[in-house]
Amino acid sequence: MKCVVGIDLGSTTTKAVLLDTEEGRILGQGITNSRSNYEVASAVARQEALTAARFRLLSEALHHGVDAATADRMQERLMLAFRHELFLTQLDGLAAALQATITAVVPLERRPEYHRAAELVIEAAVTFADAAFVPGAARKSDFFKDLASEAMAVAAAAICERTGVKYERLIGVFDRAILDVEREVTAFEFETLLVRAARRALATYEPEARAAAETHLLGAVEQTNAVVLDEVAFVGTGYGRQTLPFPKEAVRSEILCHGRGAHRFFPGTRTVLDIGGQDTKAIQVDEHGVVTSFQMNDRCAAGCGRYLGYIADELNLGLHELGPLALGAKRVVKVNSTCTVFAGAELRERLSVGERREDILAGLHRAIMLRAMSLLARSGGVRNQLTFTGGVGKNPMATRVLRELVTESYSADVDLNLHPDSIYMGALGAALFAFDDHRAGRAIVPTALRALYEKAEPDACAGDCGCEGGADKESCHA
Amino acid sequence: MSTQTASLSTPTTARAAGPAPAAKDLSQQRQKEMLADYFEKLTRAKEAGQKIVYTFVPGNLNELIAAAGMMNVLPEINALQSGMRGRSGGYITEAEKHGHSEDVCTYVKCDIGMMLNGNIGPTGTKLPEPDLLLLSYTGCFTFMKWFELLREHYKCPVAMLHVPYQPEGRITPDMRKYIVDQLEKSIIPALEKVSGRKLDRDDLAARMALSSKAEDDLVAVWESAKHTPSPIDGYFGGVYYIGPIFSAFRGTQGAVEYYRELRAEVEERIRLGLGPVGPDGPIGPERHRLVVEGPPNWTSFFDFWRMFSRENAVVCASTYTRVGGLYDLGFRHDPDRALESLAEYCLGCYTNLGLPSRIDLLEKYIREYQADGFLINSVKSCNSFSAGQLLILQELEKRTGVPGGFIESDLVDPRYFGKANIDNRLQSYFQMLDARKARGYA
Repeated sequence: MKCVVGIDLGSTTTKAVLLDTEEGRILGQGITNSRSNYEVASAVARQEALTAARFRLLSEALHHGVDAATADRMQERLMLAFRHELFLTQLDGLAAALQATITAVVPLERRPEYHRAAELVIEAAVTFADAAFVPGAARKSDFFKDLASEAMAVAAAAICERTGVKYERLIGVFDRAILDVEREVTAFEFETLLVRAARRALATYEPEARAAAETHLLGAVEQTNAVVLDEVAFVGTGYGRQTLPFPKEAVRSEILCHGRGAHRFFPGTRTVLDIGGQDTKAIQVDEHGVVTSFQMNDRCAAGCGRYLGYIADELNLGLHELGPLALGAKRVVKVNSTCTVFAGAELRERLSVGERREDILAGLHRAIMLRAMSLLARSGGVRNQLTFTGGVGKNPMATRVLRELVTESYSADVDLNLHPDSIYMGALGAALFAFDDHRAGRAIVPTALRALYEKAEPDACAGDCGCEGGADKESCHA
Repeated sequence: MSTQTASLSTPTTARAAGPAPAAKDLSQQRQKEMLADYFEKLTRAKEAGQKIVYTFVPGNLNELIAAAGMMNVLPEINALQSGMRGRSGGYITEAEKHGHSEDVCTYVKCDIGMMLNGNIGPTGTKLPEPDLLLLSYTGCFTFMKWFELLREHYKCPVAMLHVPYQPEGRITPDMRKYIVDQLEKSIIPALEKVSGRKLDRDDLAARMALSSKAEDDLVAVWESAKHTPSPIDGYFGGVYYIGPIFSAFRGTQGAVEYYRELRAEVEERIRLGLGPVGPDGPIGPERHRLVVEGPPNWTSFFDFWRMFSRENAVVCASTYTRVGGLYDLGFRHDPDRALESLAEYCLGCYTNLGLPSRIDLLEKYIREYQADGFLINSVKSCNSFSAGQLLILQELEKRTGVPGGFIESDLVDPRYFGKANIDNRLQSYFQMLDARKARGYA
């Protein structure tokens, strides 16, 4: 199946979207943290999008011939099992990185206790995963770094007690190792991992139901594994797009991409507000999704996603917890500061005089959205529909305040469009440009990026199917 | 306001910049020699008994100063030269140490910092101290404060010419008379007092005639950009072209010759079908034609220019290059009406125009130069001039249907040039223009 790829390399997260080349349908979306290595981030996001695309195909196969509830259940178990297997694969990389770090930084005589501690860290992560990848378990994040860090946070004190390694030293070794892991694309072959995941998922079935499930599940897996996704065009966008190993022609401004992506979901929208990690964009588009004007924050990134991240750190909360907490406000504390750092100071000052956390957070959300309103006004205001995109679009308090302010400043009749996949709008727009490029016969598949992917993918087929060492792996699986 | 000043740059001032525009043309060589010669004379001015007048570019009374036997020094130009040479950051810090706030015009702080550091000018030699501060005030309130500060430091007299603002976008006889009266009753006597000699009115008229000749050729150079492809860049290249006439050379034979040569060179480029020369050589086939409002950033001048030249974007007209006189609207210095025409010159400077007039002028440029976009570079430390620029943008979009872009930076404070952000904004803007063209909008 031919597909085109859009990659949005943002300051906080990197997203990828795959479209088919027939109708431009969304096949899959992937996201990862941007980390310090943008090339790896884009390769991981692309890998995630490919995985999602294959799961979409898998879902179609699973839903064929059984009732929807049965298929849904099967899909959920398989997806969790796949995530679990992927986590374990990544954990192998972490284990190696921990040992390498210890060798590099710990004096020879102290290494045995560190190596033992590292083994215990991995064991703890395995145990953590057993509990995290079951139906109904809440996970704060699906990013490997976050999951592994959470496992570490739970187990570190006990490990230190058992091994005699100092807590700070063990954390230091862990942080360095995880950074090393993040600099590499984890090598895995989807097909192999999926088969392993299918086995794991089947083990969760009662013995009497297992045989029927096995036939259906493995049939769907086989069917999915037979499909090759052939990426025929790439377009990159986002804050870090200049660092993508793409030629200039395959790079588009994120403003054009966000406008285009939002227009795809909401063709009636003429105004798009995107609040990302470090910039806010107010964009006007025409009936074709072509940008007609835009404004961005300039010298200061207060009022962007990072502002919320900073506040979350100040309160020792997860970023995703801020919005729901703020919804519990009884009043809105006025926050005057437009500077992120000063807002932190104001937050502490307000807490010290006894203001409720929820009420202060409500004020901080309002401060952010007021800045966005200023940009919206500068770009030409809000007309019939406003589409809110970017990571901050996932924050329920941010959207509530935006709705209030748009009603105050413009009209209660303005439709505020929100999409659960709003974070992917930029990548979607990029993919739509790639789709255009493919149609116009000017598609680009960056060789540097392909080399990076191929380096990351193991030669699992070497010797199995007659190809020579996986040199032409995709075609050998066709 | 301190944002509206002309450039006085030569190719040799480019830091790590590659070749300069229209490199090695005869006119450029001449400009370089003229400047070197002028600064050399300034260095020796005091020992030669020459009196020095500090004054500002918009509404400068150059012919009058020269006819009174004095030489001028332009603090704004020194500031922008310091910006281009990478010295402004240090000068600004110095001024801030002496109590000037972060929000004060950075031209002022740069100049004050330079003064406090020995007043070393663009050519590396010490500039002479002023004998008179001539404030021909046009539209910038900060000018007054700036000279108050210099007066404190140099303990020298200030002569102030008050130029009424043009609220209705036209010059009335009363306005003209008001200025001529001031020239006769206060400015000329002040010049004569300092120089110790009577103003030579015949010399003044002769200088005005020379000004007019150079102005004709300058207008021809500006308007050459109406050709497609434009043979010049009317903003980044334009600041070189306005150098002589906006500084010490209006009303001199040197300027007449410079502009005659420049015009011939530009006409030859048209004949050969050549586009402008950018910071790294000839700019590729013209892809975008732009009109720009606002001064360039000086601390990253060549990086800023590259953001355009790399995209084959050519600025065909800019308001910044008109801050020293709107000659393309027909104004000429007139030897037969010397003082009246000086009055009209001061009144008609771009900096002295209200928002409606500025919008009208930009609209005219967008239409006449067939621009497919216009861009505003809003200057952080100049509230008086940056205020209203978003209104300008929206009104121009409404009137012309041509999309505007908006970026923010500063004149000479390197802290306020966010290269990545501005580049991102401009790339998005150029891609937006492309997308619109692909849709058949332009």
